[in-house]
Amino acid sequence: MKFLEDFFNKTRPHFQKGGKFERWYPAFEALETFAFTPPLTTRDGVHVRDAVDLKRTMFTVIIAMIPTLLFGMWNVGYQHYKAYGMEMSHWDYFVFGFWKVIPIVAVSYAAGLAVEFLFSVLRGHSVSEGYLVSGLLIPLTMPVTVPLWMVALGAVFCTLIGKEIFGGTGMNFMNPALLARAFLFFAFPAYMSGEIWTDLSPEAGRTLVDGYSGATNLVTFDENFRNLPSPADMFWGFEQGSIGETSVAACLIGALILVGTGVGSWRIMLSCVLGALFTGYLFNLLAPADMPNHAMHTPAYYHLLMGSFAFGTVYMATDPVSAAHTEKGKWFYGFFIGVLTVTLRVFNPAYPEAVMLSILLMNVFAPVIDHLVVEQHIKSRLKKSKLSRA
Amino acid sequence: MAVETAPAPVVEKKKEPLFSKKNIRTLRDPLDDNNPITVQVLGICSALAVTVQVKPALIMALGVTFVTAFSNLIISLLRHTIPTRVRIIVQLIVIATLVTIVDQVLKAYMFDVSKKLSVFVGLIITNCIVMGRLEAFALANKPWPSFLDGIGNGLGYGLILVVVAVIRELFGSGTLLGYQVVPQWAYDMGYVNNGLMMLPPAALFIIGLYIWAQRSWNKKLVNVS
Repeated sequence: MKFLEDFFNKTRPHFQKGGKFERWYPAFEALETFAFTPPLTTRDGVHVRDAVDLKRTMFTVIIAMIPTLLFGMWNVGYQHYKAYGMEMSHWDYFVFGFWKVIPIVAVSYAAGLAVEFLFSVLRGHSVSEGYLVSGLLIPLTMPVTVPLWMVALGAVFCTLIGKEIFGGTGMNFMNPALLARAFLFFAFPAYMSGEIWTDLSPEAGRTLVDGYSGATNLVTFDENFRNLPSPADMFWGFEQGSIGETSVAACLIGALILVGTGVGSWRIMLSCVLGALFTGYLFNLLAPADMPNHAMHTPAYYHLLMGSFAFGTVYMATDPVSAAHTEKGKWFYGFFIGVLTVTLRVFNPAYPEAVMLSILLMNVFAPVIDHLVVEQHIKSRLKKSKLSRA
Repeated sequence: MAVETAPAPVVEKKKEPLFSKKNIRTLRDPLDDNNPITVQVLGICSALAVTVQVKPALIMALGVTFVTAFSNLIISLLRHTIPTRVRIIVQLIVIATLVTIVDQVLKAYMFDVSKKLSVFVGLIITNCIVMGRLEAFALANKPWPSFLDGIGNGLGYGLILVVVAVIRELFGSGTLLGYQVVPQWAYDMGYVNNGLMMLPPAALFIIGLYIWAQRSWNKKLVNVS
């Protein structure tokens, strides 16, 4: 590491004030902080510095995402060989998926960071670590068959429209990764929905098994929820779907890491689940008795296992920037995500992936929720002070 | 005794040239500095609706330009005779007449485009730009500048419409004015038309990006607060 340090020390004067490449300082700074703890010290006054800065927070989220990523890679291989009716070892499943998933991750990072660096130089703000999370979230929400240039386009859209246009990391009012997914979902519906969830690159001498269907369980759910796979399969994630979303178990490990380190809000996760369960039970009660296959009869806990509910709840809804900020507001925010998700799933078969749209919608409402919570708090305090004075 | 009347002071009334600096500015301002869509934020609804393809957008732009120009001219001619209390009604009658003319012409000569624009031709009547210019400009200015102002605003509106429509048609269906622009080999290599561009939100994004670009080249528009 010595040579790297020497390199940074030698080149630093060029990038500092008066140097040849003064304009490129943000880019230099980003690379340097990525490699080392920066030598910067605070010049005046007393500042309290916490070891948990933005970079550590973001890395915690990335660590929390690793279970879903690894499981996703395994599942990509598993689904692929399953479609051809082949039994392979777990290691083969994983290796196959690894080589399919890594290019998507690499393209997502390359395209997004390119925009981020460009803006940091143009605008003169430092490159933030925020994209490290978004850049991994985007691949996890993609089907494995997505063309790489679409991933790049999504990543550019995510950084440009999702973040930089509002002033960079911390200023976005919607979850950028989810915005990228929504963009791709509406822009290229043929590549983001339907029967595209399994990589069907040909295997020598093999044909697809009879009765193969490339649809996710949400499509099955729309047709008849009684044909859904067993709850255990849905929990462990042996099913088709976006790379990272299928396994509820992997998401739960991520949730433990996030809640344990205090990075993700347990209130949001819990209230999402409560909202979904509440609506699920409500629909069970109201379901028409003469139509036993109506989607309203779906057991409430199925909604937690189906589709990307777990993934969205754990990684997307808890984004600290776009979620509600007040503690009371978080309960409402999460609860309505759950309610909306289940309602859309049951009544609107056109957009089965209701989690994405529900979270985005509640992102938009989060500031209003916060405002109402604060107003209500002020009112109750005023009332109390009047009572105590009287 | 004849009262000697003092000779009336000769007012040097310089006739303003047809394209004086002021008039040119009236014509040009709405294209950039005071664009009806990106600066005044008027007429957004039709900008979202008719910009899927370039051809309807062009026709719509011409239609609106015709209506703004002539309604401005007519109202400006009538401005001293219209009682203030009923001016809105009078304006509406003028606008509605002009819009009906546009509608009938389109139906007679360009039926397919008229079908595509559907209700939005009729809705020019309620387009805020038209009435906004009547209230803000024509009622207080002479006919010629009013006419220029109408043309300017119509073109400013049309400019945005066409820019948005070009982007939407190019990326949404790979064509421009109905001619295939994106070559077949691009599709063979895996390029896909962007379906989002066919949906109204795309127009909103593009107008937003246009406003962003416009404000970075035209610093006058950046409000310093």
